[in-house]
Amino acid sequence: MIHFDQVSKRYPGGHEALSRVSFRLGRGKMAYLTGHSGAGKSTLLKLIALIERPSRGQIILDGVNLSQISNRRVPYVRRNIGIVFQNHHLLYDRPVFDNVAMPLVIQGYRHKEIKSRVRAALDQVGLLKKERSEPITLSGGEQQRVGIARAIVHKPALLLADEPTGNLDPELSLEIMQLFARFNQVGTSVLIASHDLDLIAQIGAPMLSLKDGMVIHDDITRKQTGAA
Amino acid sequence: MTTSPANKRVPPEMKKGPQQNTLMVSYLIHHLRVFIASLGDLSRHPMATLMTTAVIAIALALPAGLYLALNNISGLSAGWDGSTQISLFLHTKVSEKKAQKFASRLRLHKEIDKVKLISKDQGLEQFRKISGFGGALEFLDDNPLPIVLVVQPVVDPQRPDKISHLVKQLEEEKLVELAQLDVQWVKRLYSLLEIAHRGIWIVGSLLGLAVLLVIGNTIRLDIQNRRAEIEVAKLIGASNAFIRRPFLYTGLWYGLIGGFMAWLLTAVSLSFLEGPVQKLAVLYHSTFRLSGLEGDHILVLIGISCGLGLLGSWLAVGRHLSEIEPS
Repeated sequence: MIHFDQVSKRYPGGHEALSRVSFRLGRGKMAYLTGHSGAGKSTLLKLIALIERPSRGQIILDGVNLSQISNRRVPYVRRNIGIVFQNHHLLYDRPVFDNVAMPLVIQGYRHKEIKSRVRAALDQVGLLKKERSEPITLSGGEQQRVGIARAIVHKPALLLADEPTGNLDPELSLEIMQLFARFNQVGTSVLIASHDLDLIAQIGAPMLSLKDGMVIHDDITRKQTGAA
Repeated sequence: MTTSPANKRVPPEMKKGPQQNTLMVSYLIHHLRVFIASLGDLSRHPMATLMTTAVIAIALALPAGLYLALNNISGLSAGWDGSTQISLFLHTKVSEKKAQKFASRLRLHKEIDKVKLISKDQGLEQFRKISGFGGALEFLDDNPLPIVLVVQPVVDPQRPDKISHLVKQLEEEKLVELAQLDVQWVKRLYSLLEIAHRGIWIVGSLLGLAVLLVIGNTIRLDIQNRRAEIEVAKLIGASNAFIRRPFLYTGLWYGLIGGFMAWLLTAVSLSFLEGPVQKLAVLYHSTFRLSGLEGDHILVLIGISCGLGLLGSWLAVGRHLSEIEPS
């Protein structure tokens, strides 16, 4: 699903956020991206979502070389990815339903289909009863679940999450992580950036660890090559 | 990346967008929805919308009103052109009979409306009355004045040069010694109107530019207010066209409403002026009536307004949308 080949990212000003990162995440696999803050986790996710471009190296996403994607084509790549953010990125001027429906509206789905898919997504995160609520009235955990529903409503092949439990207490965090694991079970590839090693140990999924922009621990590539 | 063929197959529901045959319909429905939704957004801030559209309306009503005024003055001056006269001084030797014949020949000319003959005696009489040299004339044993034909040309307000052409033509007649046209004031009026016309173009262009800037600035603020929404939309795969669309439609609405209001403004102003103008016309024994904006003009006005709205928002969106990138 994701293949990094000697990818480096140097920001203007000289800071190298990632240096010569290589790894593979197979289709339908799930992995945690760990490391201290500043280790390059967010940058790695941004490169996959084409929010940033690598300075060197290649990224292949779902068989497509991202360096060959022009800026005009970027939206169409993103439509195959669901992204969950630490701060939810919800829009507070519209109810939960409209927030979750955004990816479908953007992709031109019909009204009827939008309705049923948004309901299904909200049901999966346990918020079906809140579809008419304003996001601001929801708790942090509920807001994050709305964000997750929005990320999966269009059934992307890949789900990315950047510190999705950053602001939540341990109990809620586990709940959210289990939610991701459930999506992985139905075939979605999942990559979650998190610094919460205790939580990851509880769930026990493979890890890709970064330190100062370099890979220091890699469960996923080894497993992958072993399987192939 | 896995290479086994089984893994290459994408589960159908993962990649499938809307069905192809309904794509066009849903595209149109989407456009319609955005068109109406952007009006809904405007109606949610009625005061702000009213102020913006009022500025547009005033900026457009001003040149439209000036254009109307000019149009009316042109119509008015066309009525006055009736007083344009060409005086033909015939050779002194030409007899009254010959002059009569010549006059009736001129009456057949298609560019001549009326011909009036002033005989030598009539001329003398007029001269005596007007000049005050009556006494001096007593000393003359012969009437020195020529027969004069006063020719009233058919006036085409669009073609003032036609008259001078006619004058030249008449001057070449054998019987005519001198053809004189007091065309100076007509020329002056036309050049004044020409200047006014150009002036309206300048005022109109400047105010059009102002409308463009007003709409551009309003849309720019709108974009800034919806920054979060634009960022999220870009993150979840909205194309630039998708993000641009509501702003373009908002600009179009501003233009449409502003143009409509500009038309109303000119119509109201005109009806306000109509009474006094009518009174004045009666005093001058004129049948002059103020003419307002007609069908074509209204369409042009609203069309220009919509065009400016669309262009203004297009410029603003093009400049500011690319600045907003998710990070």
